Amino acid sequence: MSTQYRTMKDVPKEEYLAQGHRLCAGCTAATAIRQILKVSGPNTVVVSATGCVEVATSFFPQSAWRIPWVHVGFVNSAAVASGIESAMKALFRKKKTDEKVNVIALGGDGGTFDIGLQALSGAMERGHDFVYVCYDNEAYMNTGVQRSSATPFCASTTTCPAGKFSRGQSTEKKDLVAIALAHNIPYAATATPAYPFDLMNKVRRAIDVEGPALIHVLTPCPTGWRFEVEKGIDYSKMAVLTGLWPLYEVAKGSMRLTVQVPRREPVKKYLEAQGRFKHLKPEDIEGIQSRADLLAAKYGLGPVKEQV
Amino acid sequence: MARVGLSGNYAIAYAVKMADVDLIAAYPITPQTTIVEKLSDFVANGELNAEYINVESEHSAMSACIGASLTGARVFTATSSQGLAYMHEVLFMASVLRTPIVLANVNRALSAPLNIWNDHSDAMAERDSGWIQFWASSAQEAFDTTVLAFKVAEETRLPVMVNIDGFIVSHTYEPVEMPGEDAIRSFIPSKAMLNRVSPRLSYSTGVVGPPEYYYEMKYQAVDAIERSRERIREMQATYNKAFGRDYGDTYGYFMEDADYALLTMGSMTGTARVVAEKLRSQGEKAGVVSIRTYRPFPSDILERLLRGVKSVGVMDRAVTPGGPVSPLLADLASCLYGFAERPVLQGFVAGLGGRDVTEDEFEMMYSKTKDAGKSGHAGQTVYVGLRE
Repeated sequence: MSTQYRTMKDVPKEEYLAQGHRLCAGCTAATAIRQILKVSGPNTVVVSATGCVEVATSFFPQSAWRIPWVHVGFVNSAAVASGIESAMKALFRKKKTDEKVNVIALGGDGGTFDIGLQALSGAMERGHDFVYVCYDNEAYMNTGVQRSSATPFCASTTTCPAGKFSRGQSTEKKDLVAIALAHNIPYAATATPAYPFDLMNKVRRAIDVEGPALIHVLTPCPTGWRFEVEKGIDYSKMAVLTGLWPLYEVAKGSMRLTVQVPRREPVKKYLEAQGRFKHLKPEDIEGIQSRADLLAAKYGLGPVKEQV
Repeated sequence: MARVGLSGNYAIAYAVKMADVDLIAAYPITPQTTIVEKLSDFVANGELNAEYINVESEHSAMSACIGASLTGARVFTATSSQGLAYMHEVLFMASVLRTPIVLANVNRALSAPLNIWNDHSDAMAERDSGWIQFWASSAQEAFDTTVLAFKVAEETRLPVMVNIDGFIVSHTYEPVEMPGEDAIRSFIPSKAMLNRVSPRLSYSTGVVGPPEYYYEMKYQAVDAIERSRERIREMQATYNKAFGRDYGDTYGYFMEDADYALLTMGSMTGTARVVAEKLRSQGEKAGVVSIRTYRPFPSDILERLLRGVKSVGVMDRAVTPGGPVSPLLADLASCLYGFAERPVLQGFVAGLGGRDVTEDEFEMMYSKTKDAGKSGHAGQTVYVGLRE
């Protein structure tokens, strides 16, 4: 049985991501990683794909990582993690080491949904015992907010800008957890840092399970989504309460909603204050509301609150 | 010492087994595949205690090797042509991250058009990646060079590529003398190196190198391969002494008094030798120089070896489209440029995409090289055997 995080008393005080890193003010990816590392503890190696977190935490001569950390390239965090996991296994078996470590591979949505998907698929299919964490800020934020295949429908980015002939992103976000589950992996979950205990319990289960596990973390980005820097956790929460980001886990094939939403907020509340959705017309918002309704039906969320 | 019939690829597989590697990550590609098939057999039968990762691409093969190497494990991969090209960006990371990976590259032409046969365009395209490059021209050399590669990689903390010609060496069976496993292990002891991802150290590896630091970080890898020159020679000497061989960075044939010579790499050295012998019997002072260590380039040895030679024909099995000359010729020309007395260099491109290079064609190359020496200047690069 995995450790349960229920109150702040259960959460280790140690910080493994040092303060003073170079992530933007209000970045919720940093919050998520801080929560993840509290669970994994110091006996962990993190492999980062190129991206916001990587460039902002390892700018030589400083590093924000208080645990072993590796970056090789953009495409290959899952492949590098495969090599580390397998080599450590071989060395242990051959009595060349007495160390066993948790291996966490980390990628943004670009490094996971797009350029790193093949390496991730290979690593999950081969069954390496590691945890893959995708911190999803829904565009290539590090290079200046270009669209990825995780960018939601209608969001305006620098490469799918809203304009006379465009309403922003023209496609729906890929379902990463479904892709992961298609590899028959034993554990996959969604998370977001506004629900720290939910996120931490999922990380615990992902580490404890034998074989590959994937956690898809929504990390609202004030820079790319264009909202006030102090609002990151509010948006993280609002995504869940509107039903656009259901929090669930799939362990050994069975799905469980981990955060109940008995009365959903209308998506309008989530969309209207974000700069990337400023251009939306009422019919666009209606379309996104229908999408939230579909997700709610699929994952067992409640109906939308009556509007006052 | 056991004497067995092995293909070049199997010779490499046996060397890797004797090296007791901890991890192999590889993706199939012709003509490399029989190396990793053999290694899979060794692992499946318990003859080799290693993790074998069937990666989904060469990009991931090299990435997994880097991750594995960072743990201190001894790692190996093999590839050819498009596979090496697909590894391209990761090769540069491997050298600067100082991961001592051994890679067998079974040389094959680069597409397009698709071609599975031998030339050197794959390795030549990676000559600036910071990898040590060895070239072996027989199954015996493939075995010995692979064992040596592990030693050199681990002592210099640089990745090493062992090149053999696709099919010509990789699939030809030759007698190979293999020392016992104990002898090999005493040359390359099977022990883990420093684990750079250990929580006991908490290193950050592969950081952002801003302009204030990138230059020095990159230079460390440049300096490492420069410094490896002497170390490689020492290790070759140790290997030669232990196993009764005679390897150096270059190989010279009839070079004591040659007036003109052909410079080759890989299996074409054999034909160059046969034709040189024939010319010698006719009273010609022909010679052969073959490069075994291509990176770091053995400039000092070549300068000494070619002193007093009137002309050198340089045979490239690769091209530099739009460049001044093909890659090996460019390397030799730049290493000799600083010397007042230097031979005339005549360029040849031959054997692209597996085209046979006949003895007659070698004779033609010798003859053109001799003419260049006599006239004191070289002609345009000759595309040997090209139908126009």
